[in-house]
Amino acid sequence: MSYEPVIGLEVHVQMSTDSKIFCTCSNKFGAEPNTNVCPVCLGMPGVLPVLNEKVVEYTVKAGLALNCQIRSKSVFARKNYFYPDLPKAYQISQYELPICEHGYIDIELEDGTQKRIGITRIHIEEDAGKLNHEAGCSLVDLNRTGTPLMEIVSEPDLRSAEEAKAYLMKLKTILEYVEVSDCNMEEGSMRCDANVSIRPDSNAPFGTRAEIKNVNSFRNVERAIKYEQKRQEKVLNEGGKIVQETRLFNADTGITASMRGKEDAHDYRYFPDPDLVPIVLEDKFIDDLKAWMPELPDAKLARFMSEYGLSGMDADFLVSAKAYGQYFEQAVKAHNNPKAVCNWIMGELMRRLNDKQCTIFEAGISPENLAEIVKLIDEGKISGNIAKQVFDETAETGKKPADIVAEKGLVQNSNEDELEAIVKQVLDANPAETERFKGGEVKLQGFFMGQIMKASKGKANPAVVAPLLKKLTS
Amino acid sequence: MLGKTLKELSEALNKKEFSSAELTQFYLDRISKYDGEICAYNYINENVINQAKAVDEKRAKGETLPVYAGIPMALKDLIIQKDMPATCSSKILEGFVPPFQGTAAQLLEDAGFLCLGKLSMDEFAMGSSNETAYRKKTRNPWDTSRVPGGSSGGSAASVAAGLTTFALGSDTGGSIRQPASLCGITGMKPTYGRVSRFGLIAFASSLDQIGPMTSNISDNAAILSVIGKYDKKDSTSLNVAQEDYAKYLTGDVKGMKIGVPKEYFAEGIAPDVRECVNKAIKAYEGMGCEIVEISMPHTEYAVATYYIIATAEASSNLGRYDGIRFGFRADADNLKDMFYESRSQGFGDEVKRRIMLGTYVLSAGYYDAYYIKAQKVRTLIKQDFVNAFEKVDAIICPTSPTTAFKAGEKMSDPLQMYLSDINTISLNLYGGCGLSMPCGFGADGMPVGVQLLGKYFDEGRLYNLAYAFEQQAKLPVMPEKLK
Repeated sequence: MSYEPVIGLEVHVQMSTDSKIFCTCSNKFGAEPNTNVCPVCLGMPGVLPVLNEKVVEYTVKAGLALNCQIRSKSVFARKNYFYPDLPKAYQISQYELPICEHGYIDIELEDGTQKRIGITRIHIEEDAGKLNHEAGCSLVDLNRTGTPLMEIVSEPDLRSAEEAKAYLMKLKTILEYVEVSDCNMEEGSMRCDANVSIRPDSNAPFGTRAEIKNVNSFRNVERAIKYEQKRQEKVLNEGGKIVQETRLFNADTGITASMRGKEDAHDYRYFPDPDLVPIVLEDKFIDDLKAWMPELPDAKLARFMSEYGLSGMDADFLVSAKAYGQYFEQAVKAHNNPKAVCNWIMGELMRRLNDKQCTIFEAGISPENLAEIVKLIDEGKISGNIAKQVFDETAETGKKPADIVAEKGLVQNSNEDELEAIVKQVLDANPAETERFKGGEVKLQGFFMGQIMKASKGKANPAVVAPLLKKLTS
Repeated sequence: MLGKTLKELSEALNKKEFSSAELTQFYLDRISKYDGEICAYNYINENVINQAKAVDEKRAKGETLPVYAGIPMALKDLIIQKDMPATCSSKILEGFVPPFQGTAAQLLEDAGFLCLGKLSMDEFAMGSSNETAYRKKTRNPWDTSRVPGGSSGGSAASVAAGLTTFALGSDTGGSIRQPASLCGITGMKPTYGRVSRFGLIAFASSLDQIGPMTSNISDNAAILSVIGKYDKKDSTSLNVAQEDYAKYLTGDVKGMKIGVPKEYFAEGIAPDVRECVNKAIKAYEGMGCEIVEISMPHTEYAVATYYIIATAEASSNLGRYDGIRFGFRADADNLKDMFYESRSQGFGDEVKRRIMLGTYVLSAGYYDAYYIKAQKVRTLIKQDFVNAFEKVDAIICPTSPTTAFKAGEKMSDPLQMYLSDINTISLNLYGGCGLSMPCGFGADGMPVGVQLLGKYFDEGRLYNLAYAFEQQAKLPVMPEKLK
């Protein structure tokens, strides 16, 4: 029997504020253990939390970008439990009155249609510390304690692992656009728990769900959900029952294992935190942030297609990261050939980004220089092959492409007389191949073009050479 | 040196009638002479005499000094003073020395005060007799077979016995006013949000407030003028201008309306206490005040409401004492046992009782019936005060139902102990200000306190009312044998 999965995601996103949520400690990742700490985030007796206003600003930005309603009054609550990485034995979070509610994201499905995924709520909370398990002991690092988090809870609207992955990718892109997080799953600045259940068909009531924790990459979200889906199907097909439980995903083995059952679930004893006053937002605060909002991916995609005539696939690539779109538009402004610029970004530039592991604006080639290369091609001054050489040299030295072409004499040769001499020379040097070519062995075209290019040091204009070759061998 | 107000001490130091070192040594000598019996101090600052000498040197050089430079005082052991132990009289905090400064201690330091040491209290401020303290169970200076009240028992006793010039206490449900009453001194619980709670180790965050405990009204007003300051480090601190409360002390109270709530004179109030308080009411009438009988109908629910809200908050606030980072840690083989054992061995019975109660009222399935219901009743109790203050300027009533009781008398019956605070608890639920001052002596010769309750940020008016009574009553503030 086959089943339909029902999936909801809870995504924790670390905000990229300068300081922590309730104290002035640095919020930088990667410092020596227990150096970014103070009495407040260590939860010493006698300290009190004071809310970082930036955290509210960032969360409202995210809420607006995710089409949420922003509550004018929201309240912090304490979530009580004991764990060595939680100094106060409670996490300051939001419970009954979260700051953002009732939002959505539109994702694109494989068949090209759009699907709207509801966002139940976004609430603000503080991160806990980290335990480093070593042989025979566990060490507590409290640097992360007090890192501002937003927890984004989706409706159970997702119906496949692929949809879940698409939702996550879209969420990451949007949050990057509003500059509230770097959403780096590997570094833990974006973490995901998945609630998974299955049902016989789309009209059946929801089944019992399992919560899958510890999923830390886009690929693993897909793997974990697929595994869990299969596991639950097997249980039901063998006549068993799904139990409500929390399961842990193991990225090495690709399986989920039970962590704790419903009866062992924590009673967190939430109650409003008496140390903090409610967050009360004035209309102006929200309006100012609305005015600040940048163009979001969906709007940008539509505009790139209509304004630059790009295909959906090209535009999709360019909006997948905010910086790509910025780079693209800067380049097109310098030389108006959107399709070619896009191809160069997707091709050579991405290759370089992968090699250098850097961001698009750190790759050594400015949008203006890339535009100039495309322009040199368009004007027939250099060939595509030469352009790649110029690209590398520009990236390494920072010199202007036109200067490199002039300096190195890389201008394309379109002079028919000169090129005819070269063609003749190549034909003479390869009599056997010439005979076969003349005899109709068309595939030798490539061989001759290559030889001619080599003889012209890559500068021969193929558009001029091709007819010459035809003329001299017919 | 004994019996001088802070203002007089400051003048005497400036006139070089005596030095700060002499004044400080005077108190250290009294502590070594009397504290063996009274047991007020958890910790004595051995460096204080050097600090006093340093002030004297500056004074000799003619440096400009803050107004109270070189005057020693002491703090309840849940108020953070940097680099001095802060134990809350609990085993679980033994060895904890805060590496940061609390706001109240900083403001006192800025005003020139020196810290003699830290004063005993009921463990984590949970108690009304100082008997839940882990080590020093403070006794009443007027009769050391009796308790000083609590939880600020060490603060009250040290002031009454002249073991400090004044002390800071904290009041969650009467912990400043009840011991002040039982020890015959003056204690003020300021409006919630008047004094920063940064550096106050929390019992119940929505109720806790630091306040001065002094041997006279003008000192009390002077200290609140110093510590009653808005603090960004406390989100519940209110941005209200700092005041010089001395300016209110005119003694002119003519025409003020004082409310007498009948619910605060209920059956449990001892006849001698009732009699002393009635005399004080008569005295105010004589000074031209209008005495108005009022009713605060939800008073009977105050104790129950308080013990739900305060314990709920406490159960969460005290979670951090897990043996991991500071204080006492029990030996154990694994993490879970370490949590269990550290907390089982580190907390006393009363604290455990309240953690369990608070955990229970916040639990799934009980939260609405207890915690939410209690919050609703809290609103009704607040409304009682709001209604009352539409009719009157202040409320007068007994602070404690009885005078100081014998040590051990109520320890076996927590409910009897909780009723000691029956007249003080409502004010914390409302959040206004309240002061207890001596108004006579009971049949047993022990001090009786009268309580004045005021609306939000109306400390000035309470001080003036208290001052008017103090000037007229001229009651002895210290047991004869300790002079």
